[in-house]
Amino acid sequence: MMKRDECLKVLAQRRRDEIVVAVYKAAQEWIHISPSDLNYTFTGAMGQGSSHALGIALGRPDKKVIVLDGDGSLLMNLGSLVTIAHAGCENLIHMVLENGTYETTGGTPIPGAGRISFAKIALAAGYREAYEFDNLEEWEENLPAILSEKGPIMVVLKVIPGTEYPENFRRLYDLEYREAFRRALMDTKKNNPSLVREQN
Amino acid sequence: MLEAKKIVEALKRAAIEFVIFLPDRVTSHHLLPAIMADPYFRTVQICKEDEGVSICSGLYVTGHRALLLIQHTGLLDSVNALRGVAVELKNPVIMMVGLLGKEPGIKPKEAKRYGVRIVEPLLDVMGIGHELIEENKDTEKIVPAIEETYRNPSPFVFLIGREPL
Repeated sequence: MMKRDECLKVLAQRRRDEIVVAVYKAAQEWIHISPSDLNYTFTGAMGQGSSHALGIALGRPDKKVIVLDGDGSLLMNLGSLVTIAHAGCENLIHMVLENGTYETTGGTPIPGAGRISFAKIALAAGYREAYEFDNLEEWEENLPAILSEKGPIMVVLKVIPGTEYPENFRRLYDLEYREAFRRALMDTKKNNPSLVREQN
Repeated sequence: MLEAKKIVEALKRAAIEFVIFLPDRVTSHHLLPAIMADPYFRTVQICKEDEGVSICSGLYVTGHRALLLIQHTGLLDSVNALRGVAVELKNPVIMMVGLLGKEPGIKPKEAKRYGVRIVEPLLDVMGIGHELIEENKDTEKIVPAIEETYRNPSPFVFLIGREPL
């Protein structure tokens, strides 16, 4: 098992200009570990992170989109795996931080904890590739290649809680930050004139 | 009479590019095939309707306009996503919702089917705007409603009251 914040720090070190969609505990930690206007945390309802990520990936095929999902969250929207695979988004990497619990609501185990394989489910749903890591060194060693692969890819990260970070619900859900995300994304489009079109 | 081509023309005038859908008997015989056959649109099939609320929201932040085409039962199943994703986060989620089982010419609130009768009151309680599309002349409401929804981001529902032909 990896400490979640250490696992996220490895990703942060390799991050360039990827969009990161993050939910719940991962989001609360990610905004401290890798602060960026290209962090999208405005998912609004449990389980919806992967679907927001799909919308963003479809709208910006020139950008790599990483979703930091939870295992409990994904169970609420398991069909999204099939939808994502069917849509064939090559720019989407689906990372599931698997802790086996509903940590935010007190640590109750998820159904099937320790028995289900999100990697196998993703492959069966049509993802191009799936990986599992429970060791920090292996995760660090394999991450660069994963970031350059065509998606959709599933990466299951087996984690336990690490360092506590202060919760900041305003940063996660305030519309001011959603608009900052829109502007930052538009700026990346301006840098690529072939992608410029009228903004809604 | 309600023609699918009138709806398609209006969606194009409103610059809707993506259509996210889960087939509904009211719209899947004529409207959906017309959309799928038109290379102007990009279609995305979903497994459950609440996914579509979030996909439309993700597309919005990238600068694209989208339509979610579903049945009223899917709308009822997506109430929490509509609450949290569309209403509270002010995302312009445009929906076309087939009222399966509504009698033509009868107001939705007066339909025999309970599931159809409760749709408008539910949307009113949630503060979600809606318009009934049942005749060709109703399609004139589509462009202004979509433009207003993107000026003041929020969800909006077009209730399809009879099968478009």
